[in-house]
Amino acid sequence: MSTTSDLRTKSAPPKRSFELSMLLYDQRYRSITIQVFFLFLLMLFAAWLIDNTVNNLRALGRDFSFAFLNAPAGYDISQRPIEYNSQMTHGRAALVGLLNTLILAVMACVLATVLGVIAGVLRLSNNWIVGRLMTVYVEVFRNIPTLLWILIFGAIMTEAMPAPSAFRGDDPASRMLFNDAVAITNRGVWVPSIMFLRDLGYFQLGPVAPSITWVLAIAIVAAGIWANKKLIDHATRVQNATGVRPKTWWKSILILLGPIALYFFALGAHLEYPELRGFNFAGGTHLRNSLIAMWLGLGIYTGAFIAEIVRAGILAINKGQTEAAFALGLQPGKTMRLVILPQALRVIIPPLISNYLNITKNTSLGLAVGYMDLRSTLGGITINQTGRELEGMLLMMLIYLAISLAISGAMNVYNSRVKLKER
Amino acid sequence: MSNIESQTIAYVRDTMLPEQDPPLIESGAIKWLRENLFSGWFNTLLTLLSLVIIWWSVAAIGPWLWNMVWNAGSLRECREILAGAEGACFAVINDRWHQLLFGFYPPALYWRPVLALVLLFVALAPILFPDLPRKLLWFSAIYPFVAYHLLWGGSVWLPVGAALGFVAGAVAFVLVRRINGLAAIFAAVLAPVFWWLFLAAPFDSTMSSVLPWGLEFVRSDRFGGFLISLVIGITGISLSLPLGILLALGRQSDMVFLKSVCVIFIEFIRGVPLITLLFTASLLLNYFLPPGTSFDLILRVIIMVTLFAAAYMAEVIRGGLAALPRGQYEAADALGLDYWKAQRLIIMPQALKVSIPGIVNTFIGLFKDTTLVVFIGLLDPIGLSNAIRASTDWQGIYWELFIFIGVLFFVFCFGISRYSMYLERRLKTDHK
Repeated sequence: MSTTSDLRTKSAPPKRSFELSMLLYDQRYRSITIQVFFLFLLMLFAAWLIDNTVNNLRALGRDFSFAFLNAPAGYDISQRPIEYNSQMTHGRAALVGLLNTLILAVMACVLATVLGVIAGVLRLSNNWIVGRLMTVYVEVFRNIPTLLWILIFGAIMTEAMPAPSAFRGDDPASRMLFNDAVAITNRGVWVPSIMFLRDLGYFQLGPVAPSITWVLAIAIVAAGIWANKKLIDHATRVQNATGVRPKTWWKSILILLGPIALYFFALGAHLEYPELRGFNFAGGTHLRNSLIAMWLGLGIYTGAFIAEIVRAGILAINKGQTEAAFALGLQPGKTMRLVILPQALRVIIPPLISNYLNITKNTSLGLAVGYMDLRSTLGGITINQTGRELEGMLLMMLIYLAISLAISGAMNVYNSRVKLKER
Repeated sequence: MSNIESQTIAYVRDTMLPEQDPPLIESGAIKWLRENLFSGWFNTLLTLLSLVIIWWSVAAIGPWLWNMVWNAGSLRECREILAGAEGACFAVINDRWHQLLFGFYPPALYWRPVLALVLLFVALAPILFPDLPRKLLWFSAIYPFVAYHLLWGGSVWLPVGAALGFVAGAVAFVLVRRINGLAAIFAAVLAPVFWWLFLAAPFDSTMSSVLPWGLEFVRSDRFGGFLISLVIGITGISLSLPLGILLALGRQSDMVFLKSVCVIFIEFIRGVPLITLLFTASLLLNYFLPPGTSFDLILRVIIMVTLFAAAYMAEVIRGGLAALPRGQYEAADALGLDYWKAQRLIIMPQALKVSIPGIVNTFIGLFKDTTLVVFIGLLDPIGLSNAIRASTDWQGIYWELFIFIGVLFFVFCFGISRYSMYLERRLKTDHK
């Protein structure tokens, strides 16, 4: 026998046949034992739940079906982004609710981001009074429940704002803001809306009918942004080749604003102002109190959290980075744009997106002020009318889950793109 | 000093100049103002804008607060006292504070929740401040049973019986450990279960008939106001931390099946709003449980809130675990520690320290989220404020109630966050 085989036989573990006790004491098998045991318990628990549910449903004489979504809803929804009336189905009502949820979520995210960035940056400012003011804002809003804020803003809108009748007469008690454009009343806020003399009509897309005019407008703006990006890429190539960057700002403005202005002009776009007619305002866009209260409540509350995130993100960047950038001869503006911001954003974006997620989930508090979101339509009136708590709740949870997973999926893609490439 | 030098350098001053005050513009309040408030046109603009905002808020709220009324029986009386002036009617707080704090808890028994709260601080003290004698931890261990008995009352033997289950587990563990370590764990799990399922009820009824000790029973629907927020919040907080640690460990584990169950649980809970879980507790639980079972709504809510907070806690702790360098795990392995010992002695103390800010934020979030129980009909402070507003005496009163509730929440949440900052400073061992 050679030496190597000798060594091998000596160092190899003693060959043992499989014994039952190895399932418990051998690390190689123990994890399998634990998992099988755990799986067994879990299946037992699931079976118990399902068995109970089936028994309970049978005792109540109910089946498990989503057919109620096709039955007529029979209730009205005040804020309708798509066509809806009480003769339409529960499914349609749920869709209206979902759209209301998304509208509110987007509006609140924008407000929270704007407020949060401003407050976060100002809290770091050398200005003593501004710093204190922002600290007060952040601490007061962070430490009081969002539901209370929503109720407070709801009460401010309904109790502290003037009635539409206060705007009447030659010397009215209240006046419209911004040159008769915006009316803030206790029945909601009226703002001007964009109308077209030559409207292009609607097209049918599944259950919804988007306006061709607006879809085209969005397409034109998107095309403008894409063309502008091409222009800037071209300028960068020229700069890399020749060392001189061609002036692009007037071309950018032309590309971004020119086509959409032409399009609006061709369709005869104009602003429709709200006017006091009878007991109420008419014309323009009516933002209801429930929407305003939810928007301000969620936006300002979450803005305080975002302010802390922004502050922490800026503070997380080492001072040496700024000094190094100055040593390279970069100007303060370029230092911010090229050195600080890209690094700070890596810290800021993940918690920022989880705050967007929180806003989306918190829109379900709309019930408190009567905002007709998904929770109030599908999870509220619909399950009360049809008695389908199980199906309605499951469907609603799945929809919220889908929104959340979509947002956090987007976050994961972003995270893996900006991740530090370490060696 | 040599002679030559004294002759050639005639201008050397041999006395110190008297110290002079800095120029007026570079000292004191003016310098501070110049540097901090008016250092440039933009800063000046910001300062003026802030002053306008402050002035505007003081002008709007100041007179209203200045004219506050504390003694009146109804909003109408308040308005009569104010005689047309703008003023806050805090008389509603004076009239209804006991409701906002305790709900419909019997007034003669208010000492019980108050005592429970005081004892809570006694029980928390040895956990929060490590300088105190360790013996106090025994009180912390029995506190949950004491608090339950103080709040709900009833027979004293029910919480005693529940506590004896844990004692049975400990005794079984100690006894069986001499024979076999693994069997001891099984015994420690099975003995309490066996006790609770089969022996606790006979024990309770026998002891109650022999020694009928106990406090007056208070039904759950009498609970309300801040009492309910604190009961749900504190129970949820103390249960969600251990559950969250287990979930985080499960998510980090190598066991594929266990890991995926933890991931699914965490992502599901974090993906749906708390309010849907609360509705599940109030509407759907009857479907999932055997026909005829019904148990307390507060208990259901506590379970749901605990599960909800545990999922968030798990993610926070996972962040702490991820922040630990790989070497710490390897060092624990090298020392020959088994999994649980390594977790207990090496990994968790460091991971939890890193995640303190996140844990505290989750606590504060949980406490604020207890207000959502108003949607399923529990009378938390917000629910009671609606009830007070619905009464004829106080119809149309908003701001005073909101301010009272807001201030109470603020005091709690702000206090917790300050304590966490203290804790972070105390536990800081690096020298950054």
